Amino acid sequence: METDNTKTREKLTDQYPDSNGHFGAFGGRYVGETLMPALLELDEAFKKYGSDPAFIDEFNKLLEHYTGRPTPLFHAKRLSEHLKGAAIYFKREDLAHTGAHKINNTLGQVLLAHFMGKTKVIAETGAGQHGVATATVAALFGLECKVFMGTEDVRRQAPNVKRMGLLGAEVIPVSSGSGTLKDAMNEAMRYWVGAVRDTFYVIGSVAGPHPYPVMVRDFQKVIGIESKRQILKQAGRLPDMLIACVGGGSNAMGLFYPFVDDPMEMVGVEAAGKGIDTEKHAATLGMGTIGVLHGSKSYVLQDENGQIMEAHSISAGLDYPGVGPEHSLFKEIKRVRYESITDEQALEAFYTLSKLEGIIPALESSHAIAQAMIEAPKMKMDDIIIVNLSGRGDKDLGIIFSNLD
Amino acid sequence: MSRITDTFEKLKVKNEKALVGFVTAGDPDIKRSMEIITKMCDAGMDILELGVPFSDPTADGPVIQRSSARAIDQGVTLKDVIAMTKKIRANTDIPIILFSYYNPIHAYGLKTFYDDATRAGADGILIVDLPPEESDEMTSQWPGDELSLIRLVAPTTPAERMKKIANGASGFLYMVSKTGVTGSDGLDNSEISSTYSHLSAASDLPICVGFGISTPEQVAAVANIADGVVIGSAFERTIEDNIDKADLADLLYEQVKACKAATIING
Ligand SMILES: Cc1ncc(COP(=O)(O)O)c(C=O)c1O
Repeated sequence: METDNTKTREKLTDQYPDSNGHFGAFGGRYVGETLMPALLELDEAFKKYGSDPAFIDEFNKLLEHYTGRPTPLFHAKRLSEHLKGAAIYFKREDLAHTGAHKINNTLGQVLLAHFMGKTKVIAETGAGQHGVATATVAALFGLECKVFMGTEDVRRQAPNVKRMGLLGAEVIPVSSGSGTLKDAMNEAMRYWVGAVRDTFYVIGSVAGPHPYPVMVRDFQKVIGIESKRQILKQAGRLPDMLIACVGGGSNAMGLFYPFVDDPMEMVGVEAAGKGIDTEKHAATLGMGTIGVLHGSKSYVLQDENGQIMEAHSISAGLDYPGVGPEHSLFKEIKRVRYESITDEQALEAFYTLSKLEGIIPALESSHAIAQAMIEAPKMKMDDIIIVNLSGRGDKDLGIIFSNLD
Repeated sequence: MSRITDTFEKLKVKNEKALVGFVTAGDPDIKRSMEIITKMCDAGMDILELGVPFSDPTADGPVIQRSSARAIDQGVTLKDVIAMTKKIRANTDIPIILFSYYNPIHAYGLKTFYDDATRAGADGILIVDLPPEESDEMTSQWPGDELSLIRLVAPTTPAERMKKIANGASGFLYMVSKTGVTGSDGLDNSEISSTYSHLSAASDLPICVGFGISTPEQVAAVANIADGVVIGSAFERTIEDNIDKADLADLLYEQVKACKAATIING
């Protein structure tokens, strides 16, 4: 496809994915046969309940009364003034129940599990936000919940491990590989193979085999739908740029998707860790090549023999060598520009936002903020940027203070 | 006739079932892996499944995960596995099936893989995470049909889907014994019988059953039902438990011998 992304173009929203979950050359279902029937069943259930008024009504009610939606869109005047550039607005997903956007998706998936009559759920988690959000909604529906989490993440996101315990979930530490998100997802998939008959796997991002990338996008697109309504009300026009961090890509897709056919620039921000010129980064779209990981074809960090490499980021939620397939498509057709931010830049943004706006952001979200701090000064004063503030930083205080001394 | 078909026909005449042995290529290192495989062939193994090590084996239990990690630590690549295949082929006529996840094959190049694998003497490829819905991308780049694409069927596969899978399959069908990863316990012969009867109604291809089969007693029980029995984790456990022993390859020789004896149907 030609790459003029802002003018005349077929509507992207009508084109992808195909019936087998392909976003152009990406996506699909690359799993063992034991899981295939479960994925086909899930696809059917998602189609059926996704358009069932009873399901939609309950989902919307929970989003409003349980999660606290709509989350605010906040004009960060002091930060904008400090940067002497475009006006920055934050979509405050940090104010959603449990402190991150992850709850939108877990509400959708656990509700679906409930409608399908499944009694047990499992999830993988990196930062612990998706694990907490899954444990939370599982408690709400009285479902048994197991969360797989890498041992390195158990260490650096300790408060979330305690929260999951309080919510009645069992946290299963995974020590293989680098003990991070990729390894947690491997183990969750293995467990699911054995438990697939009665267990629903709640995947935490727009990654994994079809239908997860579409399903998670659909549950997260409320972020973009609200943002559009709110910016039109507050500023009277659409923004010029959207910015969000990209781990697996769910908060970014949630914000971007409702704007995909509108003329504006979108920037996805990956973790550059200690630098993309080192081996310690998580810039999958920036530095990776096309491969198959965790059930879908997408960009991955891999060596020339097709072995997946370990990612690195100070933020556990971005520390992942894969990315959702629709982002790979958006990179390929140049609908989204993907950049990366180092650990150090993210920390600086973390401190800046805390001091200037009284908001302590998650380290994941700090990557998006750092990118906004680069973009805003290059833009005009009456330009508008919406940044997805995907989560709050309480969970990161341990890392922050150990970094200080 | 292909080596795979030939093998099953000969076994039928002898009233035997196939013993299919899986080992990860290059575990604990390439030299000893070659010794182990040679001994396993000498002991009467009917088909070799040669595992391509992968960093993220999501269909495998801990034993094969660790064997894969040991091979990767030795730097073993798909290229090495193909080179090993060539050496093994020089000494044996048994079918060699490469067993892999999709990513290493994808990274190698789909056509190049076909060319190199067939030239080395491989007879088939089984890709655990490549269902029929996704495999056209690969097979459409294959210039011939010298490489059987071995398909998997699971206890969760509905009858209709079994037919679809069987239609596109060649060589033999790999029937997963239970819902679980490799090496998990709790073998259920009545579940195996029931899946087997559905599958054999859908296809004339030989059916081999694998996952979680380890003792000669279990081999005998499954051999009573199916056309072949696959053993993987049990061999890998022997490798792991005896990794420093000089007679490691002999231990596998004995183990294969005992399992092979259990595939002979008497009476
Ligand atoms: C606050 C927050 N933002 C972002 C992410 C990254 O995930 P995704 O790219 O799917 O939004 C996470 C993941 O744990 C998170 O907790």
